[in-house]
Amino acid sequence: MKLIVVAGTPGSGKTAVLVHALRILGEAGKNCSVAKVDCLYTDDDKRFSKLGIPVMVGLSKDMCPDHFAIYNLNEMLEWAEENQSDFLILETAGLCHRCAPYSQECLGVCVADATAGPNTPLKLGPFLSTADFVIVTKGDMISQAEREIFREKILEVNPKCAIIEANGLSGQGCAACSEAMMKARDLSNGEDKLRHSAPLAICTLCVGETRIKKEFHRGVLRRIDGFQTYVGE
Amino acid sequence: MDIRKITILGGYDKIGIKEPVEQIDIRPGEMFGVVGPTGSGKSSLISDIEQMAQGDTFSRRRILLDDAVPDYQTRTDPRKKMIAQISQNMSFLADMSVGEFLCLHAKCRGVRDSHVQEVLRLANTLTGEPIKKDYNLTILSGGQSRALMVADVAVISDSPIVLIDEVENAGIRKHEALKALIGNGKIVMVVTHDPVLALMTEKRIVMKNGGMRKIIDTTQDETELLEDLMNIDGLLLQLREKVRKGESFERCGQTQGALMQSLYTKYRSEESA
Ligand SMILES: Nc1nc2c(ncn2[C@@H]2O[C@H](COP(=O)(O)OP(=O)(O)O)[C@@H](O)[C@H]2O)c(=O)[nH]1
Ligand SMILES: [Mg+2]
Ligand SMILES: [Zn+2]
Repeated sequence: MKLIVVAGTPGSGKTAVLVHALRILGEAGKNCSVAKVDCLYTDDDKRFSKLGIPVMVGLSKDMCPDHFAIYNLNEMLEWAEENQSDFLILETAGLCHRCAPYSQECLGVCVADATAGPNTPLKLGPFLSTADFVIVTKGDMISQAEREIFREKILEVNPKCAIIEANGLSGQGCAACSEAMMKARDLSNGEDKLRHSAPLAICTLCVGETRIKKEFHRGVLRRIDGFQTYVGE
Repeated sequence: MDIRKITILGGYDKIGIKEPVEQIDIRPGEMFGVVGPTGSGKSSLISDIEQMAQGDTFSRRRILLDDAVPDYQTRTDPRKKMIAQISQNMSFLADMSVGEFLCLHAKCRGVRDSHVQEVLRLANTLTGEPIKKDYNLTILSGGQSRALMVADVAVISDSPIVLIDEVENAGIRKHEALKALIGNGKIVMVVTHDPVLALMTEKRIVMKNGGMRKIIDTTQDETELLEDLMNIDGLLLQLREKVRKGESFERCGQTQGALMQSLYTKYRSEESA
């Protein structure tokens, strides 16, 4: 089985591109299962179901959806195995710019919205810098020059990635996405690891403190001037 | 890299019927028009070419350069890119200054910063509203944006294939814009509703329902008509300039009146026929 993890900010066009790519994979006789992880709500499952593909939804509620996706990955893989799928495609919520949900063995796909401005790639963090493929959407809304600049900025952050320009509305470029998925390697049955370690999350807020003043907080605390301390035992 | 021709291999229209036009070859120095009503697929055709589609778009068209499938680098790397495109977008979304934007784009295309001044100079000849280096892109008017896009493509994205999607609605000097874009020995495709631009092309591809329906060769008659149309266009430009300067039309010259009269009688019959 191949695992494809698709990350990107909300509204960047992940589902739109995937719907086209999944249709093409289906036409090529591939069996796909899709998992969608979001925080509170998603209707992406309805959009995927229209393709007649099995969909699993996970809501992470008050947890970081990327963390949630990572430690539930095994269940999702087992479920896809039961469906006798060739592919498990995981669409993440894409809210956290510090996590990257890719494992070493998956195909890591980042979807980036070209209309978000040329400095956006610098802000996306590890889910861009550790991706294998970057799909740039909404190029139809901007000039060729702006597209070229956006591309250059992506390569500054992730010089090794392959970039595909795709249109989630018309499906243009989505065939290249499904081709990349087909070329992804199969999961070995060994131990798979994260590419990028999850972010520092060891302060009192992580365990439910709601009071704001500094005196209530323990753990690794970083001041706004960048100075970092450890408070506590 | 020089290219000798670009080939468009027809695919399917919006309702899945094979396009009547199966193949089009365009060579350097040739200019083709793309015409048809709104929604007929003109912009899709242009974007198929820009992306060098290989059966992977809705139309399933394929684009060849010198009879071969272009390689990945040619299709994607802006430094190697064969194609410059003026799309229909009328404004910029990037939040940066004109100068910053042009420098970045020059870097992407691998050309010297000195081109930036040239873009500004050219852009300012295409629009009446001045464009300055320190203006933010997002505050530019439609006309300023289009003028800057045209000048940027003409100077920085100097490519052997030029695709133009409707320059006429932009409120810029369209003839000057076209002249700057087409250069010498380029392959040019221009989407247009404007009879002057349409008749400046050698052939025009007629679009309907998302498909390439037929190709019209520009006839001798049409080339003659073009001359008259250019005169009318010139006249309109003069008159527009008068309006702009706040003048009135009392002394609108005999020649202008006569020109209009003669053109009217010449083409009226064809219109009603
Ligand atoms: N113009 C344009 N709109 C797009 C494109 N891709 C997606 N969209 C639109 O962007 C919105 C968000 O897309 P969606 O796939 O739901 O994003 P997701 O949250 O990343 O899954 C939808 O309204 C899409 O129709 C594109 O390439 N061009
Ligand atoms: Mg989605
Ligand atoms: Zn996180």
